[in-house]
Amino acid sequence: MTLNLTVSPDFAPDHISGWFIFNTWLQRQLDARVHLELYDCFDKQREDIKAGNFDLVYANPFDASMLVRELGFKAIVRPVAKPDETIIATHVDSMVNAVEDLKAGAKLFATDDPDVNRIGMIMLEPADLDQTNTVTTTVNSYVIVAKNLLNKSADAGFFLKDAYDELSELIRKQMKVLVSSEISVVHHTLLVGPKLQKLAPQIQQHLINMVDDDKGRGVLESMNLEGWEVMTEEETEFMIDLIDTLID
Amino acid sequence: MSEHELTDVREVVINYYDGSSRTVSIVDREVPYPEGKLIVSRTDKQGVITHANQAFVDMSGYSQDELIGKNHYILRHPDMPTVAFTGLWETIEAGNKWHGYVKNLRKDGAYYWVKATVIPNIRNGEVVGYTSVRRKPSRSKIAESEALYVTLMEA
Repeated sequence: MTLNLTVSPDFAPDHISGWFIFNTWLQRQLDARVHLELYDCFDKQREDIKAGNFDLVYANPFDASMLVRELGFKAIVRPVAKPDETIIATHVDSMVNAVEDLKAGAKLFATDDPDVNRIGMIMLEPADLDQTNTVTTTVNSYVIVAKNLLNKSADAGFFLKDAYDELSELIRKQMKVLVSSEISVVHHTLLVGPKLQKLAPQIQQHLINMVDDDKGRGVLESMNLEGWEVMTEEETEFMIDLIDTLID
Repeated sequence: MSEHELTDVREVVINYYDGSSRTVSIVDREVPYPEGKLIVSRTDKQGVITHANQAFVDMSGYSQDELIGKNHYILRHPDMPTVAFTGLWETIEAGNKWHGYVKNLRKDGAYYWVKATVIPNIRNGEVVGYTSVRRKPSRSKIAESEALYVTLMEA
């Protein structure tokens, strides 16, 4: 039996090797072959998930909603203390000091990360800005978002907070944060597909126990995670309901 | 000198849809919406609060214990027209999502404006309660809402 695993493309490039190490660790725990497929584009990944190509998905909260409600996946764990938060930043010398200083026609740079972009747009609402009166350029990485702020091509940029925090100090020093979300209850989850539900309790247990041994802790460290905690069905539904309120 | 002494305090009786009422002290002081936060609560089908996040506790001025088990209408400001809440309940009871701008009453009598979204929580095909998420509104939307609500109060 081969299990197919994929990971939301929004993790920092430094942790790619961590996910391959996790893949190997999981194979050993389950005594089964696990194939990891990584993507650099959300749309292509979604297409392949919808085609039924995956049994295990580490998904961002917006995709988790689709996986649970449309495709019958079940969330089993979430990373400990790792909520998904969004930052809107600008150049340190910009005259813009608060979201409300941004005006219609503002040039925004973002990746194609759906939760960051949605929460970012929500945080622009106090300035009466939305997709109809701003110009968004989508780029491949948060480093490129930062570069466009640094060369003043952008009025503001959207970042996953984790990714912003991992930018070099040299880059961060040339930017200023206009607003940082503090939502706390929206986070990535690891979900199992309908064909794998029988194995779900076993996989969940392995993941929860991961932090208890040296090897497991080493793998977690390589993925920049502290550990996993159980995600109940009701917690998943609650998060999905909350995300639903954020989609107009 | 307390903040209440700096502003006018008015006593208002609020009548709720279930026949109950209470007298509240209203202070004309706006508390700014906290940057980057969402105020989140859940209620049962009758509007009784079952979950309140920290931002809700902080902004409402009530403790977690004071909120849980109370009807969500304890946040109702007397400047809000009844018709706005009638529309809310009609929308969510029909299984749909409701959006609106709401002036909320704090425990201390001050107020805060929110852009609210309420959705029904559907489990196994049945509505089991509602989730309400509030976010920061723009000043222009607040001004529009204030102007509109005055006309609805007079109607």
